[in-house]
Amino acid sequence: MRSYPPEIVAEVVLNGLLTGSVYGLVALGLTLVYGVLHIINFAHGALLTAAMFGVFVLHEVFGIDPYWALPVMAPVFFGFGYLLQRLVIGPAARGDDSNILLVTLGLSIVLENLMLAVFRSDTRSVRIPLANEMLEWGPMLIPAPRAIGFVVACIVAVLLFLFLARSSTGRAIRAVAKERTGATLVGIDVAHIYAITFGIGTACLAVAACLLLPSFYVNPRVGNAFVLVAFTIVVLGGMGSVPGALLGGLFIGVVESLSGLYLGESLGQIGIFAIFILVLLVRPTGLFGAKA
Amino acid sequence: MTTATRRTVLATAIAAPFIAPRAGWTQAGSVKLGILQPLTGALSQDGEYGRIGAEIAIREINEAGGIRGMRIEPVFGDARSAPEGGVAEVERMQAEGVVGVVGGFASPICLAASQAASRYDLPYVVDVGVADTIVTRGLRNTFRFGPGFGVVTQTALDNLSALNDAAGKPARTVVLVHEDGLFGTGLARLMNAELPKRGFEVLETIPHPSPSRDMSNVALRIRALNPDLVIPSSYYAEFALLAQTMQQRRIRPKGIYAVLNGAASNFRFVREFPEAAQAVMDCNHWADPRKPATARVKAAVEAMGRFWLYNVALNYSAVQLMADAIGRAGRPDRAAVIEALAATGPAFTSHIMPYGPTRFVNGQNQSAAPVNTQVQGGDIKVIFPNDFADARPIFPVTG
Repeated sequence: MRSYPPEIVAEVVLNGLLTGSVYGLVALGLTLVYGVLHIINFAHGALLTAAMFGVFVLHEVFGIDPYWALPVMAPVFFGFGYLLQRLVIGPAARGDDSNILLVTLGLSIVLENLMLAVFRSDTRSVRIPLANEMLEWGPMLIPAPRAIGFVVACIVAVLLFLFLARSSTGRAIRAVAKERTGATLVGIDVAHIYAITFGIGTACLAVAACLLLPSFYVNPRVGNAFVLVAFTIVVLGGMGSVPGALLGGLFIGVVESLSGLYLGESLGQIGIFAIFILVLLVRPTGLFGAKA
Repeated sequence: MTTATRRTVLATAIAAPFIAPRAGWTQAGSVKLGILQPLTGALSQDGEYGRIGAEIAIREINEAGGIRGMRIEPVFGDARSAPEGGVAEVERMQAEGVVGVVGGFASPICLAASQAASRYDLPYVVDVGVADTIVTRGLRNTFRFGPGFGVVTQTALDNLSALNDAAGKPARTVVLVHEDGLFGTGLARLMNAELPKRGFEVLETIPHPSPSRDMSNVALRIRALNPDLVIPSSYYAEFALLAQTMQQRRIRPKGIYAVLNGAASNFRFVREFPEAAQAVMDCNHWADPRKPATARVKAAVEAMGRFWLYNVALNYSAVQLMADAIGRAGRPDRAAVIEALAATGPAFTSHIMPYGPTRFVNGQNQSAAPVNTQVQGGDIKVIFPNDFADARPIFPVTG
């Protein structure tokens, strides 16, 4: 194993933290949907891709900077997610969890192929002047888009945590997550809460898309690259836990980064999946997850 | 369980010739040709450009009166970016009665699909796949018009040495970056064996998966190693990401000398990342700018709002080769088409590649060779071979 100077290792760790924050944001949506609806949303990757294409179109057609697209994309995707759950996933599932799995899987196939038909298979990028800006921190160079991504991801996680803890809708979401029948008995509209949760999860993806696009690319399959790692983060952080998703994302980002440095980028993925298996064996509830 | 009686076996044997798909001229006066590309999945971008090249060739041939008056009817197949997908589509094309198959793009797909085609003596012309094993398995049905790994690497190394010598040998140390599939790994192995013989020291070989979410670590390792040259062999997205990251982090080697790179000879990359793309060299497939048909095909691609990629030129040429062979075979007989393909000679000139007179040995076109390109001022220029280079190389890169 090759040894590297400390400043390179420090930069790799920092890079892992910055990348991990966006992983955390993608995982936030996934964990929220799992925590409340108790299903794995297989359409998560396709929805992230759709959000990235949304940001791309806003930039190419209307000239809107990806960061300024955030106030547009987040509510639009909240609405899209809400309607998707209310009008498609909920009715098609007919109350059976295994049906929801299949519906989201079907949705992902439909969405991916729809994007392939509309946008073709080309890999596209958005060019903004900020993409090449670097912040100098001692000997380290931090790409500005990554730094912005880190700050926004942390803000979103804190806001979401506060929303779930303090607001009446947040309390209703937690109530449905813990005891669906009980929540129905006290007058909570479970279908509405499901749709809101799905909408929030989708809005998180829209935010992630706005943060990713200035330094990443988009093609009809791009979301899948993030979803597999998001599943690992959800398991590590604890299914349904908001702080777990963010901290898990940061941790996985650093592990991926360091194992990439020392084991090579190809073998670097081993680190992530070794943790996945280890968590399932030793602490199946994850770092912050409650016992089932 | 049903037991086959003598009567059913006999009946099946008699009916078989009428039930089995028949290759060749159809009743409507057309000939079916299989066009296999990875149209969905990780390789769909390349597959789509391959399909465009094949479509343009078919359209031109049909507009010029077809093959001996018979129109080409394309049967498109999607390999779904996987060998098994390619095999499934070859089986379907065989059932539909195609007279030959063109395409495959990636080496693993070409290997599996041509093997499947060989079971039916179905002529198969590989478009891009460069693995040498594609034409060394003794399959009579498989032909490759473009160059394989061996020739590409040899040309890349010869031109690199010439480039370095001409500049006064400014480069000595090299870092290899490659995608970790069959294509990148094979190329890296060859480079690792050959570069030291030519006076270069390989500091490190860095494989990466495709797709990669982040190339920052690769860039940081390059910065730590501080090589004179970076030689990347990756698909489009990963190289675009790496070049952008290197530019952001101000990592400026004396040269980026790509081999069979998915982005360095791609106008989309040049348009979207002009600063990162500047002075990147590539040893790759490239259409012959001296041929009038090249400008015509390029104009057709650009009229569709698409970028000019080598996949288009290679598939255009591969379809022309197959059509030429079918025409010379004179009948829709697969064995006759295979013989005609093997006998293709200098008279085949309807392709747009910069190759010498065509001559096949064991399915490999002996005159196929790559060229060297370099991004200069927002354009892709040819820097080697000298007889049709339209620019002098910028090397070493300074500033």
